[in-house]
Amino acid sequence: MNAFLAFVLTLVGVVGLLVVLTNDPVRQTVLGGVLSLLLAVVFFAVQAPDVALSELAIGTVAVPLMLLLAIGKIREHRAREEEMRE
Amino acid sequence: MRRGRLIVGGLGVLLVVAAFAWACTGLHAFGHGTTRYGEMVARATVPQRAATNAVAAVTFDFRGVDTLGEEFILFIAVIGVSILLRSLRSETSEEETHIAAAGPRGSEFSRWLAAGLVGPVAVLAAYIVAHGALTPGGGFQGGAILMAAVAAIFVGGEYVVLLTIRTSATWLDIADALGAAGLVVLGFGGLIAAGTFFQNFIDKRTSGLLTGGIIPLANIAVGLEVAGALLTVVAELLDQRLLSTRT
Repeated sequence: MNAFLAFVLTLVGVVGLLVVLTNDPVRQTVLGGVLSLLLAVVFFAVQAPDVALSELAIGTVAVPLMLLLAIGKIREHRAREEEMRE
Repeated sequence: MRRGRLIVGGLGVLLVVAAFAWACTGLHAFGHGTTRYGEMVARATVPQRAATNAVAAVTFDFRGVDTLGEEFILFIAVIGVSILLRSLRSETSEEETHIAAAGPRGSEFSRWLAAGLVGPVAVLAAYIVAHGALTPGGGFQGGAILMAAVAAIFVGGEYVVLLTIRTSATWLDIADALGAAGLVVLGFGGLIAAGTFFQNFIDKRTSGLLTGGIIPLANIAVGLEVAGALLTVVAELLDQRLLSTRT
């Protein structure tokens, strides 16, 4: 294992921990995207460009986009419920 | 009671950790060691299939049936999402379906950046699908990148284009289904022409983009399916979003 790979793997560990420790779903989504970006670098460094491309497209674009849309929907739903209660 | 559960749980965790550590001692060192299957694939790909991307040769040729199964997992997942979100749509009343003319917008810079990215990203997606048998990438990656192009439109806040995508959900469904069906057809083509399901039955020696027999065709089918599937989900979610934005 070379120094670069060790560095990126350490970063993956740190960011992964941050994702778990974050409470706000929106921040968690963005951090999850960063984690995917780092994982894509890891896959590329261990000579798996196919997997790196998949990780990049799904982990940093598709999943965050769907999560953000879903979170937005939930927040609107809650705001409306509170409006109705008042 | 609580103490007892802690002891039982702790014992379980210890057992798993010990078993895991024991299993890891038998592994190759990080980045070392090859498997017999891997070596066979590396030797067979170029002479037998004329494809330089060994990963594509495995997923669309040697283990095509596995890919077919995965394909239908995605297909069924999208059907599930569509059913769930469309039943929600009918719950909202008529007055709520009024669509906002101008949605939330990002900064001017992010809009320009996103608009500039749409074209190149879409071209990149087509390139990655077309060269699936030769260079890293393929139908799945290309289809997902095409979705990224649409994500760029969303970031740019171009609601007019997004409304078109929303109303084209039927067409996306059809693309999804056509792609999934295309892979099945290729599988049966092998059964009919060569006697085995997913046998690579097309001439593999054709030069250029068509090298690899069924691999480039399977890439196009999967690209269509994945792009259709992901865009259907995004379109359904955006539809939900538009339903609830009122001016």
